[in-house]
Amino acid sequence: MTAFAPAAPAAVQPRLRSRFLQKFMGNKGALIGAAILILFILIALLAPWIAPADPLKANFLSVRKAPSAEFWFGTDELGRDILSRLIWGARSSLLAGGVSVAIAMAIGVPLGLIAGYFGGKLDALISHVMEALLSCPFLVLAIALGAFLGPSLTNAMIAIGLSAMPIFARLTRGQVLSIRHEDYLEGARAIGLPDRWIVLRYVLPNVLPPLVVQATLTIASAILAEASLSFLGLGQQPPAPSWGSMLNTAKNFLEQAPWMSIVPGIAIYVTVLCFNLVGDGLRDALDPKS
Amino acid sequence: MLTFILRRLLSAIPTLILVSLFVFTLQKLLPGDPVLAMAGEERDPAVVNYLREKYHLNDPMPIQYLSWAKGALTGDLGMSLRTEQPVSQLILSKLPVTIELAVLALLVALLIGIPTGIVSAIRKGTALDYGANVVALSGISIPNFWLGIVLIMIFAVKLQWLPASGFVPFSESPSRNLQTLLLPAFVLGTGLAGTLMRHTRGAMLEVLRSDYVRTARAKGLFPMAVVLKHAFRNALMPIVTMTTLLFGELLGGAVLTEQVFSIPGFGKMIVDAVFNRDYSVVQGVVLCVAIGFVLLNLLADVLYRLINPRLRNAA
Repeated sequence: MTAFAPAAPAAVQPRLRSRFLQKFMGNKGALIGAAILILFILIALLAPWIAPADPLKANFLSVRKAPSAEFWFGTDELGRDILSRLIWGARSSLLAGGVSVAIAMAIGVPLGLIAGYFGGKLDALISHVMEALLSCPFLVLAIALGAFLGPSLTNAMIAIGLSAMPIFARLTRGQVLSIRHEDYLEGARAIGLPDRWIVLRYVLPNVLPPLVVQATLTIASAILAEASLSFLGLGQQPPAPSWGSMLNTAKNFLEQAPWMSIVPGIAIYVTVLCFNLVGDGLRDALDPKS
Repeated sequence: MLTFILRRLLSAIPTLILVSLFVFTLQKLLPGDPVLAMAGEERDPAVVNYLREKYHLNDPMPIQYLSWAKGALTGDLGMSLRTEQPVSQLILSKLPVTIELAVLALLVALLIGIPTGIVSAIRKGTALDYGANVVALSGISIPNFWLGIVLIMIFAVKLQWLPASGFVPFSESPSRNLQTLLLPAFVLGTGLAGTLMRHTRGAMLEVLRSDYVRTARAKGLFPMAVVLKHAFRNALMPIVTMTTLLFGELLGGAVLTEQVFSIPGFGKMIVDAVFNRDYSVVQGVVLCVAIGFVLLNLLADVLYRLINPRLRNAA
């Protein structure tokens, strides 16, 4: 952490890293979560090659077929293979989680850095705006923004990203405030380094660990939010598959084809659970008290 | 304490002004022209102009905002473009439904979350603790609209014990009202139960490590008395604060639950308004939810001060 004592960080950093890795690897839940997530990401990336059928191709001879050897997870109301749609849907859901959090961090972290580092009126203004945005529940805000932007996966990701942004701004600001008067920052200011350089070189790396934990947990919320928006018809539009939009259609066939609802729901649940497990594992590993 | 409440109320004013500005701007940026939709298929220019004048849509934006904000302060949130009813009246008619659902869901969350959190903390590191943690994390991770669908399939479609959807007001039939809200309240409450359980466990672990709990144990008090009288009472502070804030989250979570169970509450109203482009309703609902959230935050702060003797004395 001490940027002005190169010898110390060189010795301390690897030790901290190995302690972090040791703690993280010792957390079975986090490891299982990470392994399943890696598997899901691979499935999403390899979708064109591993999906057994075209996810968009209707087959009116196999409408609402129950799970069988031919269709492992059954077919939907247009005879499309649910397994294939699930595999392709993983792309939308994981992409939505990642991109939304990237948007939230790209806007929220710089705002938090500015507010925390410079303080004063700028801090007051940014903090008030963030508080105003936080005063609207995450999902209500995402729905309102999603409605304004129009229904599509891209717009859902923007809406979710903007709704999650204040969390990162507030967290970053808080972290910056906690290290603002550390010796190494005072030293950097004393030798006349420009503020931009200090913020990017010394402040940002030191506030990053809690942000990484928050990002992992927010991906979980973003995946849930995307599924919710798609379920309401504000996310991925038909016929393109996403887990949320699959559930939106499935709710009309609860009696005739219950399998249409079960499989995408489990997929969302397992993915979100895994992100939460990894997030918890990262938090515990980074917590000096644990 | 009164000074503290007044100071907190004053500090909430800039936030509320920003919220109102945000809500107003959002409405202006929504796609589609509500006047064209209201003017009918012919879209007679005279009618369009009349409607624009009537709703002050020809005024400059700041004037439009001020006139809207002035109305909002007096409880006039405009008229629903679809039903032509006052928005505040619509909100007042739907709000009790959502509040009832939220209170029941909070009850579910408290009944599951707090005992599980206490047991998990007492039995830290055991299979019971791990099991409770997995259940709590599952509650947080499960999409509540999907859980709603699954429960409808089991309890309404298969077993036919409870209605799949709809709502009966309490004044009409208390028992049927409870029947219609049982599944939605459970669905909405489980997610919060997970969060509450984790917070209770964390707070209890912190307190169980403290000296006064060790002393109480050393005095030979019954383990249950130590846990409930000495540990839990002191762990209550963060739990009460969290519960207050979670109530605000419930209003957001109700959006999907009400949609799945076709409950005519606040949440369903906002979704319907979004799809019907009923902008004034969207605006009114978002504003009310935000005000509710700000007030709940204030309540959490006040409760925290009331419960914590150190803060109370400092005030």
